[in-house]
Amino acid sequence: MPDRRHPTYIAFVIHRVSGLLLALFLPLHFWALGQAITGEAALEGFLRWTDGAIFKFAEWGLVVLLALHLAGGLRVLALEFLGWRARQKDMVAASAGIAIAAAILFLLNVD
Amino acid sequence: MADLKVRIWRGEAAGGAQGGYWADYALPARENQTILDVVTQIQREQQPDLAYRFACRVGMCGSCAMEVNGRARWTCRTHVKRVAAPGETLEIRPLANFPVIRDLATDMTPFFDKWTRARGQFQPKDSPDGGVPDEFSVVPPASKMRQQADAGIECIGCGVCYASCDIVAWNPDYLGPAAMNRAWTLVNDVRDGGKQERLDAVSGDAGCHSCHSTQTCTERCPKNLDPSSAIAGLKRTIFWDTLLGRR
Amino acid sequence: MRAPGTRLWAIQRLTAAFLGVAVVVHLVTIMLAIRGGLSAAEILERTRGANWWFAFYAAFALCAGLHGAIGLRNIAGEWLGLRGRGVDALWLGIGLLTAAFGIRAAWGLYHA
Repeated sequence: MPDRRHPTYIAFVIHRVSGLLLALFLPLHFWALGQAITGEAALEGFLRWTDGAIFKFAEWGLVVLLALHLAGGLRVLALEFLGWRARQKDMVAASAGIAIAAAILFLLNVD
Repeated sequence: MADLKVRIWRGEAAGGAQGGYWADYALPARENQTILDVVTQIQREQQPDLAYRFACRVGMCGSCAMEVNGRARWTCRTHVKRVAAPGETLEIRPLANFPVIRDLATDMTPFFDKWTRARGQFQPKDSPDGGVPDEFSVVPPASKMRQQADAGIECIGCGVCYASCDIVAWNPDYLGPAAMNRAWTLVNDVRDGGKQERLDAVSGDAGCHSCHSTQTCTERCPKNLDPSSAIAGLKRTIFWDTLLGRR
Repeated sequence: MRAPGTRLWAIQRLTAAFLGVAVVVHLVTIMLAIRGGLSAAEILERTRGANWWFAFYAAFALCAGLHGAIGLRNIAGEWLGLRGRGVDALWLGIGLLTAAFGIRAAWGLYHA
């Protein structure tokens, strides 16, 4: 088995997997919001359906995935467009921090 | 003296990756020995028909690169102590992503073919009559371009980065870190006249645009070069040159 | 001469630059919206008849649709071996379809 334990590789895998899951979720998200077309009641009905704990957990997961994907993406853009080479490993750590912050903020705000 | 346990992958070209098998060996563990020492000892004293490659033995030629416990490295510069704790088995494979000739010897042809496809050769600028230019090119050593070129010119084509790259494994056409690192040094060489063709050659799905910045190449390079940055530089150059109409 | 991979990479990065900002806005909006529970009334109060929010979400949907589709194209090419012009056209179609779905949703929120 090849050894792939360095930070930037792990960051790549996380970025790819989070992107994959978000891309699969996106059409569902648009469909759900598209309920609004039929009016406020339809949207409200859908939102009430997602009041349960399992949905809140899924929403939390999606927020974490989004934060992870965003942070990792900014790191890649920094390397590709700004040539920011020296601090790549620090940026991986910072990305994890941003995701954790988003995870905590969600939990603090969710009702 | 405790024994050192070694597993070496053996196989033929015809058999492919599936046709190979692990051969087990044991030899006296010494205080100071390199992986190359170990392989050489096994070939000389236990398995005369074991195929492997080396040349200088002192970390200058890159010929002895193999995959040791999952990482591509120069075996002459790798102490056994660094990769295996006492009692741990050494696992030695041929470099990944290369066709196997036999046992630990791989075929470097595809690697150098991609080097050519990436236009990794210097193209002198001709003077108008096709001869040698009258004027010397002025190349300030401290200029940004020269520094960027200097950062990558020490590459000796050992193949460790190529063997370590997952995109090479997933995309058969992908040129790989070494070829593109070389292309970048030439893009930054003010004496070179082949920039446009070279940038074309390293664009697209087979070129720099498929690099996902895992940076394993930079992690593994035995000469501490940075193919990741070179590839990022190629992306930047192609992007801005295209946007600003220079291409 | 520009290979398809070059153009798609550029679109991927340009949409990424927009999404970088859009996602931060989106995350902040989410954090505020979930307070006291999600409600259609609260969401629509913000988006109904709001030209800037509509423009923002429409652009967001377009960029996300394309960005996601190009990412999926890369994964499919590298991990499933699915490559070629036909496959590229398929992903472009999926990207635009997803984007259209999103713009439709944004319109719904604008018009509700």
